[in-house]
Amino acid sequence: MPSEIITPPASWSPRIVAFFCNWCTYTAADLAGVSRMKYAPGVRVIRLMCSGRLDPQFVFDALRQGADGVLIGGCHPGDCHYSEGNYRMLRRFRLLRRLLADLGYEDARVRLEWISAAEGDRVRVVVNEMTEQLRALGPLDLPGRISEWNRELAGNAPGAPSSAAASPVPEVSHA
Amino acid sequence: MNGTNHNGIRIGYYICHCGHNIAGVIDCGEVARRIGVLPGVVVSRDYKYMCSEPGQELLRQDIRAHDLNRIVVASCSPLLHEHTFRTAVEDAGLNPYHFQMVNIREHASWVHTDHAAATEKAVDLSRAAVMRVRHHRALTTTRVPINPAVLVVGGGIAGIHAALTLANAGKQVFLVEREPSIGGHMAKFDKTFPTLDCAACILTPKMSSVRAHKGITLWTYSEVAKVEGYVGNYTVTVRRRPRYVNEALCIGCQECISACVYREPKFPDEFNVGLGKRKPVYIPFPQAVPQVVVIDPDRCLELKTGRCKKTCVDACADRNAIDFTQKESLEQIQVGNIIVATGFRLFDAKRIPQYGYGMYPNVVTSLELERLVTSSGPTGGEIRLRDGSAPRSVGFILCVGSRDLKTNRWCSRTCCMHSMKLAQLVREHTGADVTVFYLDIRAPGKGCEEFYDRSLKEGIQFVRGRVAEVTDWALAPEEEGKLVIRVEDTLAGFVRRIPVDMIVLAVGMEPQSDAQSVRRLFNMSCGTEGWFLEKHPKLAPVSTFTDGVFIAGCCQGPKDIPDSIAQAGAAAAEAMALIDRGYIEQEPNTAHVLDDCCGCKSCIPLCPYTAISFDAGSQKAVINEALCKGCGTCAGSCPSGSITQNLFDDDEVFSEIEGLLHA
Repeated sequence: MPSEIITPPASWSPRIVAFFCNWCTYTAADLAGVSRMKYAPGVRVIRLMCSGRLDPQFVFDALRQGADGVLIGGCHPGDCHYSEGNYRMLRRFRLLRRLLADLGYEDARVRLEWISAAEGDRVRVVVNEMTEQLRALGPLDLPGRISEWNRELAGNAPGAPSSAAASPVPEVSHA
Repeated sequence: MNGTNHNGIRIGYYICHCGHNIAGVIDCGEVARRIGVLPGVVVSRDYKYMCSEPGQELLRQDIRAHDLNRIVVASCSPLLHEHTFRTAVEDAGLNPYHFQMVNIREHASWVHTDHAAATEKAVDLSRAAVMRVRHHRALTTTRVPINPAVLVVGGGIAGIHAALTLANAGKQVFLVEREPSIGGHMAKFDKTFPTLDCAACILTPKMSSVRAHKGITLWTYSEVAKVEGYVGNYTVTVRRRPRYVNEALCIGCQECISACVYREPKFPDEFNVGLGKRKPVYIPFPQAVPQVVVIDPDRCLELKTGRCKKTCVDACADRNAIDFTQKESLEQIQVGNIIVATGFRLFDAKRIPQYGYGMYPNVVTSLELERLVTSSGPTGGEIRLRDGSAPRSVGFILCVGSRDLKTNRWCSRTCCMHSMKLAQLVREHTGADVTVFYLDIRAPGKGCEEFYDRSLKEGIQFVRGRVAEVTDWALAPEEEGKLVIRVEDTLAGFVRRIPVDMIVLAVGMEPQSDAQSVRRLFNMSCGTEGWFLEKHPKLAPVSTFTDGVFIAGCCQGPKDIPDSIAQAGAAAAEAMALIDRGYIEQEPNTAHVLDDCCGCKSCIPLCPYTAISFDAGSQKAVINEALCKGCGTCAGSCPSGSITQNLFDDDEVFSEIEGLLHA
């Protein structure tokens, strides 16, 4: 992001919202649990039936709500439970990737991984790796930035009261 | 608690301790307190075991006493107990889909060591579920009828047992086998451990029953080419390779074999793992089922050159069973369930060159020795070295291609017992000195430890240590003309050289070479080693992630005959449980088009099931609910947000995201 980054405290740990498909990656995360593998606790998984369900707005919304990164997990190409939902998502992801880059987001903020139901260890590796990368990038803190931008806008607006109280999260329609 | 005035939403939240599994890491009381103050939450409790009957009863009582209309349970994976809790919620009079499960065991307590961070994560995940569950709508499942026919893939002992079990229960079964005969690996065995009863005596009656059973359609020399549909209603295409013999007309008299222009058997015989010879027209083994000859197109003069005297056709005479014009055919069948029992392949001993397989003729695999021991085998049951003499000393090397970081890490489970069985047979047949080189003797089955004791008493020597190499380089007079096994005897503590006449490599089991394509065909998963993955290692050992597809036998992992049969029976029972209910209840996570669809048609080519069509009258997309499998790809890509997916609606997912991130 273009604005300056405030160095986070050493204890700071990034928050990752993960979208995992029910059949492969969610099951792999279950396997990581059953195998008692240990990984960074900053990740929060949302289960979708298929990575094809991933609406790009889910990614934007997660970032807007304060996630430092978004991880998308689907079945390996050719292994989709619904034949080709992961390919559909891949197309959308490519577009999303370019859009995010144009907006100034670092590539490491949003990551796509094919993880099969057997690859519990891959979940551990990917989450830990992404956590380290995001830790190096620092907090994204979009809610904070948005409220700051709103304040600036309100301050610049002619005749606006200087102490305009902007809501930290602006109202956005998802349609 | 904040029970009042949230549009009538009254949420009950329950966090499970799962004994120490969750409570050992996550402060459940703290989570319950923090979730209890969220808007709409009327009841918030922590409890030792939510899935237990008292736990479920607690839920049901609260629903009635507090008039709850939404339930959230934070415990294990929804893949494990979502169904349990939905049923409990339904029993108490709620719609089962007014429920949301939070996975804080597999996804939190089991994978994090930091108690505070794990507790924080449990709060976030629970808050997300509480915020999501408000948007849940009452849904009803649809019931679709189930086709009572079952496809069994693979005609080894597991496939045979599954097919017979189902057919005996009155179900229609299609049994598809790739080889010209059913029987699989078991048909090649002489005797079975630990009882030393003859494999053929217990297997061939079952094979005959398959042939005779009216309920079983047996297709050998055939492979599944395509699988479409879903549980209850699969359409399967089977590719039937030409055997150049009409199965309906061949009576198995084998006169064509004697009449073949090749007077003597000339080609390596697959059934005897290349130790015997066969003709281009052959029957795989005497007890083969079906008793129908096969013509090998790569060997048959007529099929290769078209210029053979065709003495076989003359011998067949008016039976007219031989048909050189036969072509590959595709058959389509409708089944409700599929049992995959495609078995294993043996480790290729050439991959460990220091054991000399393929280099020294008297180094053989355990299966080759099995064929030598069998009275119906190429030597008529005589154990012979390549020069025709009887061995005076035999060494067995265990764990060849098992428990080895360089090849396969897993234990193949049967080789210890199999080798001890062969060792006893070698002693019985030849009186030779037998030495077994082992890492650990694994004899855990019923009667197996006793069999090990018996092997020791029969004078079989056991040397503990992984064999370093096999060589014919004699360093001492007694080693002349022998194969020398060099091994560190880890019990005696020094390196030994042991000369023997014959070496048997106890090769391990591996997934079939085409396991990956078979897995894709049936929409299954494989573990990292390549064995087909069961739905749950303990609770659903024969189910897969695809409903209506079951696995049995060694395609799921190495196992012995009793275990294969137990799994086959279990898979048959699982299929029958579905069939006898008569219908499948489909998860109502289908997609629906909303009124504001603008008719752009971009969703139509995205659907893998062609469930979406365009209605010219209303100028909108329409989803056929019966075809929709609920992946949500259309909902994720609709440019105008006009497609919604039940249980994964935009409102539900967005509120889940918000709940995760807003403390």
